[in-house]
Amino acid sequence: MKGLAIRNHRAFASGALFLAFAVFFFVTALQYPAGIAAKMGPGYFPRLLAIVLAAIGLVIILGAIKSTADRQTLRTWDLKGLAWIAGSVILFGALLFPLGLVGALFVLVMVSSRASPEFTWTGALTNAAVLIVLCLAVFVYGLGLPLPVWPSLLN
Amino acid sequence: MDLFHNLAIGFATAAQPTNLLYAFFGCLLGTLIGVLPGLGPLATIAMLLPITYALQPDAALIMLAGIYYGAQYGGSTTAIVVNLPGESSSVVTTIDGYQMAKQGRAGVALATAAIGSFFAGCVATLALAALAGPLTATALLFGPKEFFALMILGLILASVLSSGPFIEGIGMVVLGMLLSLVGTDLNSGSQRFAFGIPQLFDGLDFVPLAMGIFGFAEIVKNLEQDDKLSLVTQKITNLFPTRDDFRRMVPAMLRGTALGTLLGVLPGGGAVLSSFASYTLEKKLSRHPEQFGKGAIEGVAGPESANNAGAQTSFIPLLTLGVPSNVVMALMVGAMNIHNIHPGPEVMTKNPTLFWGLIVSMWVGNLMLLILNLPLVGLWVKLLTIPYRYLFPAIMVFCSIGVYSINSGTFEVYEAAVFCVFGYVLIKLQLPAAPLLLGLVLGPAIEENFRRAMVLSRGDVTVLLTSPLSASLLAAAAIAILLIMLPTIRARREEALQE
Repeated sequence: MKGLAIRNHRAFASGALFLAFAVFFFVTALQYPAGIAAKMGPGYFPRLLAIVLAAIGLVIILGAIKSTADRQTLRTWDLKGLAWIAGSVILFGALLFPLGLVGALFVLVMVSSRASPEFTWTGALTNAAVLIVLCLAVFVYGLGLPLPVWPSLLN
Repeated sequence: MDLFHNLAIGFATAAQPTNLLYAFFGCLLGTLIGVLPGLGPLATIAMLLPITYALQPDAALIMLAGIYYGAQYGGSTTAIVVNLPGESSSVVTTIDGYQMAKQGRAGVALATAAIGSFFAGCVATLALAALAGPLTATALLFGPKEFFALMILGLILASVLSSGPFIEGIGMVVLGMLLSLVGTDLNSGSQRFAFGIPQLFDGLDFVPLAMGIFGFAEIVKNLEQDDKLSLVTQKITNLFPTRDDFRRMVPAMLRGTALGTLLGVLPGGGAVLSSFASYTLEKKLSRHPEQFGKGAIEGVAGPESANNAGAQTSFIPLLTLGVPSNVVMALMVGAMNIHNIHPGPEVMTKNPTLFWGLIVSMWVGNLMLLILNLPLVGLWVKLLTIPYRYLFPAIMVFCSIGVYSINSGTFEVYEAAVFCVFGYVLIKLQLPAAPLLLGLVLGPAIEENFRRAMVLSRGDVTVLLTSPLSASLLAAAAIAILLIMLPTIRARREEALQE
């Protein structure tokens, strides 16, 4: 079975990603009326694009299993770093109103700093203090952006 | 003369003290952020966007343009001093610029970049002013099928020019267009792909998407690679090029400027394409091609002039046709929409002071950058010594506040977090993100124009090929595809012959 082995794992995964999105959009678009070319409904263009994307995905997949494809493996993933970074953003969104900007920024800086291999508590705390003061000065007092500064309980 | 009259209107706006101040702040902040490694113009603009929310539209646009040039310029400094391109258009500057720096000529390289950029900026401003009128007039001749063809050309060129295989670039464009369908269908008023989430009825916002992918996901990537920066530590003393340097850099600047001005106007073009093309040209024309890669001053002068000219003339399609030619321009559309300005042929006629004010302030911005950068270069270099572990939380903070301020809502913050994960997947699969964003921005207009064209032709698709203007635009797109396929076909044939 030499011919059917996945030689280019990176390209194969890319093609599969496109294909998955294409199927998702196509299936969802089936709920919307398609109409005809002269009078397109909301479902016409999405279906058209989904078919194009599916075709592209298939071509990439075929290219990845072809016997002449370059050998390429997937890169290693740093899921921990991703979790710290994406997680800190979600926490910022969730805590902005209950804790106010000062609290939410503190959590954002502390949590995201953990993503660095060179994390130190003192460094992160100093950084948080500096950034909170800077943001209050620039965004709240300088530019007057409507941001909740203190926890909602205090208001 | 119309041109001078228009420039006079522009000067009246741009030279107002407050606008001068905003242009200055824009350039200063843009350079400040752009000089940091890993932060290109896109991330810089996205990060600094909230600062402009409170401003008047003309002041906001002037400041954004300043930020753009500043970031562009900051990228060159990083390229020369630390061998790290701040953004893709500075990639070629690292080749000879860093070599010059290692030979103790960092000052000369930086001065060359500054002078070249300024000269190119002056020429490009004039080109922009001269071309704006005629192009806007052309835009008025465009119907739905021509706009459709033009945007298809832009997207094809953008994917041809993106890194990696062409087909993957096209896939990203189509995916971006599909994502752009989220929201309310303008024709029927029905909700598509919104799944009952009210915040999605207006579609996916460009800014959280750009920040998630180019801000947050980029940080995760940077944290993985722990290579230390190879800073050139010698003090930068001599800024002045010698007579011989001048003799070599001036022709390169002239050619770079011409090339950049032309390529910037091209849909899909802009600073990146311009700088690469200029480097190739200089190497071809040089009598000493062997010096390239070893500190040839032409290799800095040409590309730096070209990328600045291209950066500036890429405003032309945006301002006259309403079609952003690259991702940075797409972000500009987002920024303009926030201020309720919808770029296109109408801006020039409806809002001449804004239009010409913006153009003239681009020149003013270039002048400011020259003044800002040459004496302050030591300061910018010092910024590069801030460790990344202090830097990236700061980026997180500015991006998060920026995303929140778009609508004063946390939904956009979560959106950015989702696109951080998605952006990381893209990085790992080596899929280019720029075509995705262009597809996202152009998607709605492409669908609208396609639908209109089909209504007018009663569903006859051949109308796209029988109208001369749309046919030639589509033909250009087809040629671009063929050109990119040719080397592949040739390589494949050689492969087949070998077996």
